[in-house]
Amino acid sequence: MSSGWSWFIIILTLANIAGCWWLLRRYSGQRPGEPGADETMGHVWDGDLREYNQPLPLWWMMLFYLTIFFGIAYIILYPALGNYKGVLGWTQTGQYENELQQARNRYSAIYDRLAELSFDELAADEQAMGIGHRLFVINCSVCHGSDARGAPTFPNLTDADWLYGGEPDAILTSILKGRAGMMPPMGATMDDQTIDNVVQYVLSLSGKDHDSAAAAAGKPMFATCSACHGLDGRGNQSLGAPNLTDDVWLYGSDAARIREGIVNGRANRMPAHEDLLGPERSRIMAAYIYQLSHERAP
Amino acid sequence: MKDSANAALYESQTKIYPREVSGRFQNLRATAVVALLGLYYLLPWLRWNGRQAVLFDLPARKFHLFWLTLWPQDLIYLTALLITAALSLFFFTTLFGRVWCGYACPQTVWTEVFIWMERWTEGDRRKRMKMDQAPWSLDKARRKTAKQFFWVMFSLFTGLTFVGYFTPIAELSGKVATASLSGWESFWIFFYSAATYGNAGFMREQVCKYMCPYARFQSAMFDRDTLIVAYDENRGEPRGGRRRSTDPAKAGLGDCIDCHKCVQVCPTGIDIRKGLQYECIACAACVDVCNEVMDNMGYEPGLIRYATENSVVGKTSHIARPRVFVYAALLLAVISLTGFSLATRTPLGLDIIRDRNSLYRVVDGGRIENVYSLRIINMDNEAHTLAVAVTGSVEMSVETEPATLTVDAGTIEAVAARISAPADVQAGGQDISIRIYTADGKLSVEEPARFMAPAR
Repeated sequence: MSSGWSWFIIILTLANIAGCWWLLRRYSGQRPGEPGADETMGHVWDGDLREYNQPLPLWWMMLFYLTIFFGIAYIILYPALGNYKGVLGWTQTGQYENELQQARNRYSAIYDRLAELSFDELAADEQAMGIGHRLFVINCSVCHGSDARGAPTFPNLTDADWLYGGEPDAILTSILKGRAGMMPPMGATMDDQTIDNVVQYVLSLSGKDHDSAAAAAGKPMFATCSACHGLDGRGNQSLGAPNLTDDVWLYGSDAARIREGIVNGRANRMPAHEDLLGPERSRIMAAYIYQLSHERAP
Repeated sequence: MKDSANAALYESQTKIYPREVSGRFQNLRATAVVALLGLYYLLPWLRWNGRQAVLFDLPARKFHLFWLTLWPQDLIYLTALLITAALSLFFFTTLFGRVWCGYACPQTVWTEVFIWMERWTEGDRRKRMKMDQAPWSLDKARRKTAKQFFWVMFSLFTGLTFVGYFTPIAELSGKVATASLSGWESFWIFFYSAATYGNAGFMREQVCKYMCPYARFQSAMFDRDTLIVAYDENRGEPRGGRRRSTDPAKAGLGDCIDCHKCVQVCPTGIDIRKGLQYECIACAACVDVCNEVMDNMGYEPGLIRYATENSVVGKTSHIARPRVFVYAALLLAVISLTGFSLATRTPLGLDIIRDRNSLYRVVDGGRIENVYSLRIINMDNEAHTLAVAVTGSVEMSVETEPATLTVDAGTIEAVAARISAPADVQAGGQDISIRIYTADGKLSVEEPARFMAPAR
């Protein structure tokens, strides 16, 4: 706040308080109108209509003074006058930090215990998995779904197929650092017929219905793809290149979707959660994600 | 009365010293005080199924009332309670005037107890007035200290009991005994103690006169057939002092001997002979004292009595008036609807939140799957195992995680539910309903949801 505004607020506030004080002093002792003959206020309307004086109790007026004293005390203690910080030094952020610290103190014992556990122990720990489930619902389910089975473009976390590896450490890295998946657009490098052939070959990898002649024609072109997806099309977890031979398809498994991916490429992103969750909760999160698939895997 | 030239907008309060009365209505009032305060102080100590019978657990947002546990979702019952209270006030005011003020209002009830204590320690009206005028003496100090001691102890007890409605009173009393109250508990106990002390010890009739909205708007509910405390002017006037042996008829006097006892006993300091005033709380202290006087004089009782404005001037009063029937009908309707609703209330809640990240997903075999998050609220006092069923335009199946839903008493369980439909389900969106139910079929809740399928 600039000092001009600061002074504006200071003057306005103090003038208001002083004004209230003056108003009380001015009108509490004397009635405002001319003195009447009896207990009326001295106002006469329509010739004979008078206002009867029903005095308020004194303590009522004292309450007005009390509010003035309260206001002055408040102004001294709290930052109420422009840039003045107040005797107590209270701030909103200070209160927030304070409450955050209180929460940390309250929960540190739980996290201290869990920090000692291995991933396997965490996955078997009821309290840790309770925390994990709640963290999942709050932070992850918005993309991966309430049941963690994903959605188009968001991977299913409960199956055995992993883009970047399904071991706890790999999962933890995905959570902390995030992932940026990238399939380059290949449309400009091939003519339409070639692309169709490659699409047929990709379909053949996972044993879907395909045109075998076209697939055979497309196979040589797959050499370019194999740089990431591997010669056998089984993918590469260190690059996040998906396995093309299974029945898990992030963007859909029909020819049109596969063609779209080859021509335009794909870009996908898992945001980093290190700052959001912190290391302790990220570990619990990783253990929770890990047990989702490993409990189910036969 | 103030001199008109110096008439101020504010006047200092004149202390009222109500004179002690006994009589039929004062016995009734004392009974009401004992019964209501007994209820207030004992209720939090009652137990029900291992917990405090009446406990308003604000941190847990659960209100326990004997067998009933109300949740924030049941806020409508608070509305029903408030409407019932308001309608009762209208109804009883129309019929009986301000009986609430005289006999049941906490302000009156606690003030009465405080006045009893004042009487025990400082003596009757005359002694109290004299003592307040007198300079400080050992006796005065002793009596005033004793009064303050009773007042403060009673206030603290009241404050403790009040907080005991919101935090388990047995634990709270234990903490008081071991001086280990938390900051907020101490604050609220002292706050309500101070409120009791101030209102019943000092504010007294000032609360009725200046703060209470009812005192001001009850005139809207009054008519000439409402029961009020009335002075029979025809019979009493002209008032005047006389010997007991004087025949009032011969002396040209009414029955009022102008003894001012009705003014002295009045807890709000009014003269009932001036007619109906908004300050009158209908405590009938003047009725009792006047009857005593009439008895002593050998006159008929009832110069001041419970009467209607019509009956006091000799007209007929009507109990059956349209407004009485309207209030009664409304009151009956609200009470029976609330009672019905409470009796048939299902202590089970279901909130369905559809996953927002995707409309649908296609899974093995082409089935269309939608995902929902179910929040199951068990408001009952026992755990329930629940099954989930879904109804849609086609046969749909539902799978939850975990598969068996056991929700403990008084908890909320969030579970994911997958609903899947065959590939040929109606394209676009359709309304479905999800139902949760106990195996015995006693509890069941059904809520609507949307199911999305790809357009074809």
